[in-house]
This record gives sequence, C-alpha cells and structure tokens, in this order.
Amino acid sequence: MRLGVAYDVLRWEERDLFSEARKLGYDVRPLYIKDYADLVGNSIGENLDAVIQRGVSHSRALISTTLLESQGLRVFNDSLTLVRCENKAITLSLLVKSGVNIPRTAIAFSKEKALEIARKLGYPVVIKPIEGSWGRMVAKAVDDDSLYSLMEYQDYTTSQFRTAYVIQEFVRKPDRDIRIFVIGDEAPVGIYRVNKANWKTNTALGAKAEPLKIDPELRELAMKVKDVIGGFFLGIDVFEDPDRGYVVNEVNGVPEYKNTVRVNNFNVSGFLLKKLAEVIKK
Amino acid sequence: MVLLKCPVCGGDVQVDDNALPGEVIEHECGALLEVYMKDGKLALRVAEQIGEDWGE
Ligand SMILES: Nc1ncnc2c1ncn2[C@@H]1O[C@H](COP(=O)(O)OP(=O)(O)OP(=O)(O)O)[C@@H](O)[C@H]1O
Ligand SMILES: [Zn+2]
Repeated sequence: MRLGVAYDVLRWEERDLFSEARKLGYDVRPLYIKDYADLVGNSIGENLDAVIQRGVSHSRALISTTLLESQGLRVFNDSLTLVRCENKAITLSLLVKSGVNIPRTAIAFSKEKALEIARKLGYPVVIKPIEGSWGRMVAKAVDDDSLYSLMEYQDYTTSQFRTAYVIQEFVRKPDRDIRIFVIGDEAPVGIYRVNKANWKTNTALGAKAEPLKIDPELRELAMKVKDVIGGFFLGIDVFEDPDRGYVVNEVNGVPEYKNTVRVNNFNVSGFLLKKLAEVIKK
Repeated sequence: MVLLKCPVCGGDVQVDDNALPGEVIEHECGALLEVYMKDGKLALRVAEQIGEDWGE
C-alpha cells in the first residue's frame, strides 16, 4: 500500500505510524502540510492509495484534507467527518438526533439568554468553546456572576464562534471519564482518564490513563456514534452519569493515543494500518 | 548529522540527517525549534506556538 501521512507537528503518534507502516511493508510518505501548497483539483504526482490525516491544527487538518480530496485522494478521516467532530454544536446535534445521550447542552447568542438558560439547567454549569481541545477554556460557572465573567472573556477571544455561548449541565461523573477508540468497524481499545484533583479529565491536564475493559454496551455505543459521525478513526469521550449511564461528550477526529498504547499494551497504529488496508481494497 | 545554527541564539544545533520536517527540538538556550525544508535542505525556525485551533 502507498500511504501518505499528513501532519504538521511530529508527535509520538506520527513517528509510530511511520515505523509501524514500514514494518508492514507499506510505502509510507510523510506529507508535511504546514509547507504544503498545491492547486485545488491538481492531480498530486504521487499515486497514493490513502492518506491518514494527523494535523494538530484543526484548520490546517480540515483544509489540507479538502485539498487532497480535490486531487482524488481518499483521506482518513475525510473532511466532512472532521467538520462533524471539530464543531461541538454539530457533533452534539447529530448525536442527539440519533438518540445518543449527551450532556444537556444549551446554546445562546446573548449573555442575557445564556444566564436564563443556565438557571434552568441549574448551577454549576460548564461553559466551553464550540471549537477547542485539550480542555482549553472549558470552565465551570457556579453562579450568574461567574458565568457572566466567563462569557466576557470569551467575547475577547478571536474564535469565529465567540458570540455563541455553549452552556452545559455539570455532569456528576466519577473522578474519571472514558476515551474509546473506533478503528474501522471495531472499537478495540479504550482508557479511563482519571483525575482526583481536577474535574477536567484531559490527559493534557494531568489525568492518569488506566486500561478500560470495553463492555458490550460501550462497544455498541461507539459503533452507533461512528454511524452518526462517519469516519474511520475516532476518539469518543464518554461520561458516566449516575442517573443516565453513558453520555457522549464529544468525538475527536484526530485522536492522540500514546497513553492508550502504553497502558493497554495495544498497538493502535498497527491495528489502524491493517484496517486501512481492508478498507482500501473494498 | 547536519550542523545548523539556532535562529534564536546563533549556537550550533546538530540535526539528524533523517530528521523530518515538523520535528521539534529544544535547543540548549531554551528555544523550541522546528525542522523544515528550505530549498531542499534541512533548516530550523522557531517552533509555532500552540494555536487556538490545536487539538484532537
Ligand atoms: N458538562 C460537563 N460536565 C462535567 N465535566 C465536563 C463537562 N464538560 C467537560 N467536562 C470535563 O472537562 C474536560 C474537557 O472538556 P471537553 O472534552 O468538552 O473539552 P475539549 O477541550 O474538547 O477536550 P478534548 O481534548 O477531549 O477534545 C472533559 O474531559 C471532562 O473531564
Ligand atoms: Zn538556541
């Protein structure tokens, strides 16, 4: 297989993909998207069977994917899947329409309406950017006053969505959340992300990864999310709600998996590369 | 190894011949540097700051 790996920052995951692909005898080409430029619709000189998108900048990842697609290449994940993942309003609206449980989420376009709806949800509430990651600017508001201040801070960001306030119920999850990976038509591996000190359980913020045993209910949920969001390689974040059980918080289209490999001793890159070969043949 | 100059402090930086663009190197002066290709050769520039749109 002739495989391109589109990336901008070379992390552990990208290096691992290169070395695992070589082990499998694939012809792997690094595509450094930061310095990439080409005509839309130009046929890329290289005859690639597939490209894995690994861009850490969401805008570069999305736009380089569309560019590669315009050249007739198959990119994993494809551009529309990336859009469905990157924008939390789109992700959550698609999930809820398909009957997947999500945290109760409101979107308001004025601070007055946001305060009104936050009171209905009941404090504390969580406010977060529509697009964002690694827990950046995800904040807990305990009352009108703190929510108002957090919205003012959001107003002065440069996000194109800064006038849309996403307000969520604060889910009383245990001191952890769940990250489950979908690769092709399977959900082979996952982790708990445990943090006793911080309610934000991103590993980027110090949560500890622990191996997760994927029960049939979680597996079914993961496959359902994949049916809704599409794509080939997804990292799905799930909360355990004391009353409702599993609720899906978000879906990541370019998931990191270094800790998952380490604590589960599971070769994510190898699994993904073999699955990709199956998909390409179809 | 290729011998390059740190764009921040001007000191020497040894870079592997097989280095790939996008590789981030911390120089002894504390600067975070990024390998890229310039005119077909390995070169160094200051690494990009984490952006608002970065993540998974
Ligand atoms: N409504 C909520 N109730 C309780 N905890 C929450 C809620 N929303 C987010 N969190 C916590 O904050 C963390 C970061 O939030 P979220 O995942 O929505 O942001 P993100 O920046 O997109 O992170 P990621 O890197 O996972 O993409 C979550 O992992 C979770 O632990
Ligand atoms: Zn230096």
